[in-house]
Amino acid sequence: MRGTTRVKWVVGMAVLGLAATACGSSDDDKGSKGSGGGLPAGYYSASSTEPQNLIQPANSNETGGFYPLQLMFRGLYTYDSKTGQPVPAMAQSVESPDSTNYTVKLKPGWTFHNGEPVTAKSYVDAWNWGANSENKQINSSWFAKIEGYDAVHPENGAPTTKEMSGLKVVDDNTFTIKLTQAVSSFKASLGYVVYAPLPQEFFKDPKKYGEAPIGNGPFQLDTANGGWNHKKSITVKKYDKYVGDDKPKSNGVRLDMYTTYDAAYTALRDNKLDVIDQIPTAAVGSFKKDLGDRAIEAPQFSIQKIGFPLYDAGWGAPGKEKVRQGLSMAIDRASIVKAIYKGAEQPATDWLAPNIPGYSKDITGELTKYDPAKARELVTAGGGIPGGKLTIATNADGPHKEWVTAVCNSINEALKQPGACEPKLYPEFSVARKDITDKKMTGAYRTGWRADYPFPDNFLADVYLTGAASNDSGYSSPVFDDLAKRAMAAPDQTEGVKLWQQAEQQMAKDVPSIPLWYYVTKAGSSTKVSNVQFDPYGNPVFTEVTVK
Amino acid sequence: MGRYVVRRLLQMIPVFIGTTFLIYYMVYQLGGDPISAMFGDKGADPVFVRQMREEFHLNDPLIVQYWYYITDLLHGDFGTSFNGRPVADELKRAFPVSIRLAMIAFAIEVVVGVGLGLLSGLRRGKFVDTLVLAGTLVVISIPVFVLGTVAQFWLGSEWGIFEATATVGDATWSQLLLPGIVLGSLSLAFVARLTRTSVAENMRADYVRTATAKGLPRRRVVTRHLLRNSLIPVVTFLGADLGALMAGAIVTEGIFNVDGVGRLIYLAVTKHESSTVVGAVAALVMIYLVMNLIVDLLYAVLDPRIRYA
Repeated sequence: MRGTTRVKWVVGMAVLGLAATACGSSDDDKGSKGSGGGLPAGYYSASSTEPQNLIQPANSNETGGFYPLQLMFRGLYTYDSKTGQPVPAMAQSVESPDSTNYTVKLKPGWTFHNGEPVTAKSYVDAWNWGANSENKQINSSWFAKIEGYDAVHPENGAPTTKEMSGLKVVDDNTFTIKLTQAVSSFKASLGYVVYAPLPQEFFKDPKKYGEAPIGNGPFQLDTANGGWNHKKSITVKKYDKYVGDDKPKSNGVRLDMYTTYDAAYTALRDNKLDVIDQIPTAAVGSFKKDLGDRAIEAPQFSIQKIGFPLYDAGWGAPGKEKVRQGLSMAIDRASIVKAIYKGAEQPATDWLAPNIPGYSKDITGELTKYDPAKARELVTAGGGIPGGKLTIATNADGPHKEWVTAVCNSINEALKQPGACEPKLYPEFSVARKDITDKKMTGAYRTGWRADYPFPDNFLADVYLTGAASNDSGYSSPVFDDLAKRAMAAPDQTEGVKLWQQAEQQMAKDVPSIPLWYYVTKAGSSTKVSNVQFDPYGNPVFTEVTVK
Repeated sequence: MGRYVVRRLLQMIPVFIGTTFLIYYMVYQLGGDPISAMFGDKGADPVFVRQMREEFHLNDPLIVQYWYYITDLLHGDFGTSFNGRPVADELKRAFPVSIRLAMIAFAIEVVVGVGLGLLSGLRRGKFVDTLVLAGTLVVISIPVFVLGTVAQFWLGSEWGIFEATATVGDATWSQLLLPGIVLGSLSLAFVARLTRTSVAENMRADYVRTATAKGLPRRRVVTRHLLRNSLIPVVTFLGADLGALMAGAIVTEGIFNVDGVGRLIYLAVTKHESSTVVGAVAALVMIYLVMNLIVDLLYAVLDPRIRYA
């Protein structure tokens, strides 16, 4: 019986352990008052996700990393919360005689949260550091337009220098930028968070300051209230010495990380969360009723498209542009948008989103108008769908399957060919993306674009220029390329916009992709806050929120 | 007995190596490029992709990658995730939450499940029995997300009896109560039914009749003789279930905002982070193996006829 007794003892200990931990629980209960509790007076909470990387200006291309940067950093420009257009933040003036050489003058009086003044050097050092390939910043390529980028971010091997030759500090409040070529949209892009300055303290230990960032923005990290509590929350408080125009109207913000939007939405309805930046799919139909005047819809600089593999022998053959035109006209955008999104989404009439300079309601003409008869005519004239069947690929782990199916149904009905179009489901995003970037697609695929800065370059040059980083379709048109290059190098923006519109007319003939619709931010707020707005980039305007 | 335990522990080594390799292989086979996918629909920076692929040995053959992983693991290093943070930190954060959640579910399962099973087994065919059978049938047939969402809405949000969502990062016991009940309810139904059948069967066993004939009080007959012997199939189920409660709680975790192991694994799989997936699964495998060992040892406690040499 000796063995049994010992086992009994073990089991007894296990039971005791259970009991002990159960007792411990009562202490835990006192410590926290639920998700919504414990917010200091005048603070509000907003839903977010854990940043994927350290909080460094050039190291975020997702909302989880972008929100804290947006709260804690300000660059030369910021974007207007309503129009999305650049407005000067730290820039006194940015002047250029030729769109290649720029002289930047800073407004004096700005300081980092540790008291250090923000100078021209803060910018130049930050940009050089962000561009350096050794620092593995995910958004390094934003600096590629600056002269000397190749030396700090070489295609192969280690950087040969730490400084880009195109950046020069003139005095404390002045620096110059030299680009490799004329870029008329460069000023418009300077509001992107990648171009934020960094204090000298940062370079001593970039990793440490990526965990506890010191910025120059309206909010500073609130270490007394938890700071960055990994996978839980990021708390920031108002920076009292902030001299920018967008001074915060609250005392602080806590970014709460939720595992799902469903859970965040439940918390919002229970008033445990104050601002939610996205409504879960399950509640899209009911959120306006649930939240009443606390439901928010705001247009986004964001477009959904269907892309074609123009490198494919079938789709790339001359004459097939007629088929693509026909397919575009076979899609009843207005009905699909109404049925699926139940909101303010608008059918697309342009590859640019509304309010982007150059956007036009009629630039694509009848290409984006639903016309089944003309659609059939064009598809037949183009020799029919290559291979007799159109597949539209999408990843099944995203919210796209529904609308892709609806688009296919619309095409099948318009062409009167049941089964001509079918969704092709990839199990997940990265697998779909790999086939797309490796140029292995044989059918069409869904593709989206959300603006980083409000200029056609971002929507067109980055996607449709021959060999551009995001040119997944393999589109290559000498006419478009020529116009696009001239547009980008135009001495001023008005001239640039005009050239872009001509370039788009070429796209309307070639149809490298079919524009579908523009997205709308669907969001909401609790009863404890007011004046919650979302900018056209889909981000909450953190500084404007007031706590009741 | 000691020798038996040592033998069982030694057997865990090949099982451990085998499972970690299998999981590693499966993540490897998912295809796609996790680094390019970090750029979304936008074009990836080739230099960044090259550096990251080199750092995480993604260009090496599977067996070499696994070798890097397993040698690091033997040095106590669980590896790093793509964002440069140690996987060990992630595990340290997620496991306590899941263990707490599983313990609540498990406690409810054992106490309520065995209690109800015993009650209905003793009163077979009576009203209580029918009630338990019907009730557990309902619980088994409702999908957990329906049960979870409904419980969250009424018991949490509307009536405020329980907390509706947990805090990510440090979910407290009280916040985990409702998800624990929801999570435990399905297994509870199984436990109740298993216990009921087993109890009803053993009621007719010779040793129960003997015990009753000896004149033992009914209470002693039931607890010492009947229940103890009837628990063997239940314990088997419970042992395997504890692992499932920890890893399989992803739906419940999602509804109640519990940031546990299920979610950690799910997210890591979508990001193709082999080191995180394998680390978490390996830890679960160890829990399974240890639980199995405990179950086997418990047999000896419950049934004196079973001996381990």
